[in-house]
Amino acid sequence: MERGIQIRKYKNIVLKTGVVLFTVIVTLPLLLVLLYIFKRGISAISWDFLANLPKPVGETGGGIFNALIGSAIIIGIAALIAIPFGVSIGVYLSEFRKTKLAYWTLLSVDVLQGIPSIVIGIVIYLWIVKTMGSFSALSGSIALSLMMLPSIIKSTEETLKLIPDSLKEASLSLGVPYYRTILKVILPAGISGILSGVMLGIARIAGETAPLLFTAFGNPFTNTNILKPMASLPLVIFNYAISPYDEWHELAWGAAFLLILFILLLNTLTKLAEKKWRVQF
Amino acid sequence: MQVSNTRQIKQLQFGELFFRKGLALSALLLGIILLSIFITILVASLPSIKAIGISFFYGKTWNPVENDFGGLPFLIGTLVTSILALIISVPFSISVGLFLGEYFTKGFLSVFFKNSIELLAAIPSVIYGFVGMFILVPFVRDLETSLSLPPYGVGIFTASIILSIMIIPYSVSLIRQVIMLVPSSLKEAAYSLGATRYEVIKNIIIPYTRSGIGAGILLSLGRALGETMAVTMLIGNSQILPTNIFAPSNTMASVIANEFTEATGDVYLSALIEMGLFLFVVTTIINVIGRQIIKRFSID
Amino acid sequence: MESTILKSENFSAWFGENQVLKKINIEIPRNNIVAVMGPSGCGKTTFIRCVNRMHELTNDTHVEGTIFYTKNDIYKMDPIILRRFIGMVFQRPNPFPTMSIYQNVIAGYTLNGASLRKPEKDELVEDSLKKAALWDEVKDMLHRKGTFLSGGQQQRLCIARALAMKPEILLLDEPTSALDPISTAKIEELLFDLKKNYTLLIVTHNMQQAGRVSDKTAFFYLGELIEYNDTKEIFTNPKNEKTQNYITGRFG
Repeated sequence: MERGIQIRKYKNIVLKTGVVLFTVIVTLPLLLVLLYIFKRGISAISWDFLANLPKPVGETGGGIFNALIGSAIIIGIAALIAIPFGVSIGVYLSEFRKTKLAYWTLLSVDVLQGIPSIVIGIVIYLWIVKTMGSFSALSGSIALSLMMLPSIIKSTEETLKLIPDSLKEASLSLGVPYYRTILKVILPAGISGILSGVMLGIARIAGETAPLLFTAFGNPFTNTNILKPMASLPLVIFNYAISPYDEWHELAWGAAFLLILFILLLNTLTKLAEKKWRVQF
Repeated sequence: MQVSNTRQIKQLQFGELFFRKGLALSALLLGIILLSIFITILVASLPSIKAIGISFFYGKTWNPVENDFGGLPFLIGTLVTSILALIISVPFSISVGLFLGEYFTKGFLSVFFKNSIELLAAIPSVIYGFVGMFILVPFVRDLETSLSLPPYGVGIFTASIILSIMIIPYSVSLIRQVIMLVPSSLKEAAYSLGATRYEVIKNIIIPYTRSGIGAGILLSLGRALGETMAVTMLIGNSQILPTNIFAPSNTMASVIANEFTEATGDVYLSALIEMGLFLFVVTTIINVIGRQIIKRFSID
Repeated sequence: MESTILKSENFSAWFGENQVLKKINIEIPRNNIVAVMGPSGCGKTTFIRCVNRMHELTNDTHVEGTIFYTKNDIYKMDPIILRRFIGMVFQRPNPFPTMSIYQNVIAGYTLNGASLRKPEKDELVEDSLKKAALWDEVKDMLHRKGTFLSGGQQQRLCIARALAMKPEILLLDEPTSALDPISTAKIEELLFDLKKNYTLLIVTHNMQQAGRVSDKTAFFYLGELIEYNDTKEIFTNPKNEKTQNYITGRFG
């Protein structure tokens, strides 16, 4: 009996140690990636890096201005498309929970979330690039907007579901029409959750590369015409990373550093939004 | 505040109806988009399906110049890479799931590791690939040398390791959720009978959450199958049927990424799209099944 | 002779298959406080939620018969318009969490897109808060969030918000059930003052409250209107056995 208890206690400790050890191991890659990117990236960052265009192979220096502008435009337009669309689907799902359409829409959101991003790239290529005869920033934005929809829809739905019905009734009982009630009472009350979903969505698409390969395509020059090919940070990282040239690797490290910084910033803002702008009922 | 004239009332009623219909329409539109995605890739795959037929799945040679479109090397490459990644990730996923869902559900450690795992999911695929090229590839090359294998550095093994890191966060978040759903009354009953935590986990938590953990792992497999950038950068891009897990290979997603913009000829492009169709169908099935299990689990 | 402001005719209501109101006939005279009481599940809340057509917001509900507001069939009116004549105060105080006290009072206007000038707003806020007996307590912190107030104050803020719309009828759905005795007393006191200008319909499961505040009392039981009379009559001389059982505490 005494020995039995010893063995049981021993097993207990082994399991706990194992769980803690494995958990710590999982976070090592994160640390490694962040440290490595910071180490290689910081030295690449300079004013020239931010304000100039890439230089041809063999010349040192040069920057990724084209990709910064490109990413901002592509992400901005993707967000403009996805936010109203995603929020209204989220509102529909939380307001009309029991309908057949809601059931199928929820399923669609799950499916959309699971589609490999490269497949989205193919489809947008077929829909837009092929139709318009040219790679374009717009097609990239549309691809990315599909990628960010699920997080906007889900966070909107989940936030609005938690808002007590009494709030909606308060507004309706004042003779406020339903659509104003949703727009002016319900959405503002859920703003923290919706914003955090939007920011997570942006963080997700900021680093998406696969759907841009056949849509925005990339561009060595600065372009602001959304109907033409456009550079973006992830594309620059990919193209320069797989190149054999050290100068280009430098650019890629710098771009990776900026991208990681942006994503970390958005993640932090999301946490803040969840806390600070949370509406107390 | 009174509204009396009928025009205003009409306007109100119109706005009301318009808004409700608009919401429903946007939901409907999402379904239509999804259906269109499926139909688009299906139709675009037809030339390849007609020209290549079933040999797409068993043909060993992929040589677009000679019009040979055998997809077996990529099918194998995709399956082996994903399953290897899954095998590597499962012990970690379950451990972290237990860590966050059972051992440390509150407090600093919990918050720290939960945020770390979330960040792990936030790092873009292309960056995993890039860092992998510089950290993991030399490491694997040394390993291969010491095993007297050809020292490629890139290959299935390298891709699988990065892939496993990338999918861990997805299975962890689901596994954590289902572990937290275990009724505390069950656990307390076991503790009150003198069970240790090890025994509670082994006899209560794991049996109770088996289907949920399975679904979490299944969904992370769905992720792995379609993951593109990191794999493309690390797998070695070889069209030859891999002979061992260190061999360079290609997955369906990485072939599409590498060859899509260069594909000349209708059948070639269509064959690449057919791989996309295959990925779409497989990941969708995995997703729907996985979500269904999770949903049933949370309702129970 | 007092005029009737609200009148229901053979009014029935359902949740799905479940009939919760059975052929209710009742007339509410102007400038009265009418208490609607009965054990839980008797349909009293459903009844007042039908009066401003909030009942139909729940899925799978329907009604038969009708209710007249003055001479108008409320089911032929637009619910949005109807609700501007008939205000409502809920069981739990529900000020808008994103708005200040000031904004909460005029919420009915701003949410409806009405543009008021600053002096108009100020006057409306002061007037409504005074009517709701809250002005003195909050006049120095009008720009703090409404949710910052105590439960009783929040409830009076909700009354002020309803009064700001200048309704004819005020529906109160157990307005004190979530409040402490002192807040309850304040609200009951307030109801007396409001009677001069408004007609009040108050749902309560608290017999003492019905006895204290109302002119007339309606007793609902299992979806039926069992008895409706002057409050004094109901409490001293109930005609129906069920009413008698209820007020003597033999069930409910």
